[in-house]
Amino acid sequence: MAKSIDVSDLNIYYGDFLAVEGVTLTIPAKSVTALIGPSGCGKSTFLRSLNRMHEVIPGARVEGKVVIDGQDIYGSDIDPVQVRRQIGMVFQRPNPFPTMSIYDNVIAGQRLNAKKMKKSDADDVVERSLRSANLWEEVKQRLNRPGASLSGGQQQRLCIARAIAVEPQVLLMDEPASALDPISTSAIEDLIHELKADYTIVIVTHNMQQAARVSEDTGFFNLAGAGLPGRLVEFNSTKKIFSTPDEPSTEAYISGRFG
Amino acid sequence: MSTQTTQARSDRSHLPLSHPRLPTWAPRLVAALAIAAAGLVSLTLGWGVVAWVLLAVVVFAIALPAWSLKVENGRAAKDRFVTTLVWIAFGTALVPLGSLMWKVVSEGVPVLSAEFFTYSMRNVIGEGGGIYHAIIGTLLVTAGAAAISVPVGILSAIYLVEYGGKSRMARTVTFLVDVMTGIPSIVAGLFAYALFALMFGPGIRFGFGGSVALSVLMIPIVVRSVEEMLKLVPHELREASYALGVPKWRTIVKVVLPTAMSGIVTGVMLAVARVMGETAPLLIIAGSTDSVNWSLFGERMMTLPVFVYYSYMQPGVPPAFGQARAWGAALVLIAIVMALNLLARWIGRRFAPKTGR
Repeated sequence: MAKSIDVSDLNIYYGDFLAVEGVTLTIPAKSVTALIGPSGCGKSTFLRSLNRMHEVIPGARVEGKVVIDGQDIYGSDIDPVQVRRQIGMVFQRPNPFPTMSIYDNVIAGQRLNAKKMKKSDADDVVERSLRSANLWEEVKQRLNRPGASLSGGQQQRLCIARAIAVEPQVLLMDEPASALDPISTSAIEDLIHELKADYTIVIVTHNMQQAARVSEDTGFFNLAGAGLPGRLVEFNSTKKIFSTPDEPSTEAYISGRFG
Repeated sequence: MSTQTTQARSDRSHLPLSHPRLPTWAPRLVAALAIAAAGLVSLTLGWGVVAWVLLAVVVFAIALPAWSLKVENGRAAKDRFVTTLVWIAFGTALVPLGSLMWKVVSEGVPVLSAEFFTYSMRNVIGEGGGIYHAIIGTLLVTAGAAAISVPVGILSAIYLVEYGGKSRMARTVTFLVDVMTGIPSIVAGLFAYALFALMFGPGIRFGFGGSVALSVLMIPIVVRSVEEMLKLVPHELREASYALGVPKWRTIVKVVLPTAMSGIVTGVMLAVARVMGETAPLLIIAGSTDSVNWSLFGERMMTLPVFVYYSYMQPGVPPAFGQARAWGAALVLIAIVMALNLLARWIGRRFAPKTGR
């Protein structure tokens, strides 16, 4: 069910401000692609443009093509809601719905869309999603407790369970572990390893060790200069990026020398 | 040079973190002395209780900071002086509330009886009768106003927060809501009267007209409070919902509104409580009657504020009974408004998102 993503000549704007310029890359299916780079270089903006979440911000718009499964998601006849059903997202800060229980949070994608489900089917989805998110054992006794009663790391895994409960093709993760402690981070990284068997995963991270640990391919974003738009400097296999990158600026960033 | 440095160092080596403090009972002692001193002066000069209290407050406000300045330091004295001022302001604000409640309760309680709550004023002259018709009228008219204002108000607020953004339309709506907030209640009554007089001819009086007039006053309050509550819903929750492939309208109905529900309910209840005591518009359009009227759409309808007004202005002969009934009705009105406020708080807590911690 996983699909690859072809991006060509993507320009991303906030109003008149060009934030990201001329991105062209292919994200392979059933693998993990990491996006790294300094703050403000447009990694998250690029990620959000992959499932049309970017345009939720007033004035934001996109030029160029993002092709998934042979369809340009920015085509004029594309429904952004349908795109987002296929491309799930996990955010930097865990954001479970505060009015809902753990159970309802996991099934939120179905419930909010008023999908008719039998109780047993819903139970199955909840259990399967929570098991996939490595959270089932911790919460199976208290599925009716509020989602906000969990710890930060558990909340983030709850959000991942919620995202995979709707069975998307692609899972986008925007710094999913940056607000978490090392143990929760390791739990999430293990989870990413397991999920890539079924999903195409794109992860934005500030942690280069994390990128090296979890991903097959890595894209390095950087600003062309102060006040200039961000751009994709290099896209290569993770092994190559972290050993012999093509671009000197990639090497400078990875080895801790900025330039 | 070096001796100077050493000198400075040794000065700094001891950091006095404590300074003399007045004992904790100092304010109480000063208060007692101030009351005694003021009492002495008042009794000698033959002043009343009010002058006594005022003099005691002034003496306290001077004496305590002065003592503090002597023993403690300037900052502590200023602190005590401002604290005294804040307490005085608080007390001053409580005086009207306290005296109002005292007057209404003491005048109103003797009137309350089973008859007072279950009888109308039909064919009652002098003693007896009750406010049953006015309670029914107030509840019906206010419910009608809420039925108009709550949907309009909530939908307007949803438009302003979720769809309007910074568009010209949204700014215009916000401006008009602000203007509506300032409409005098008598103008709202005249508006409703003019509207229905055009439709049904002059001299029209009925309860629903009162509902329309009250909703003119209520809509801006509902819009404002609901708008603030919707703005408090974190944007991340909306994004989380969008990312699950949920359309915008479902996100608003199923995520944003439930998250803000406690605040919305509280705001609506407070708006209801606020318009329930309006008199002027109801005088004009709902009119006044002595009989029970269950229909919002036909005939005059009595309401509690109008009942209070007429019972006090035209108490009949002898006037004592009518005036007593006015106090009783005022007490009942205050009790209903207070009950609504308490209900709003309870519902607010009930609907608040549960953290489980």
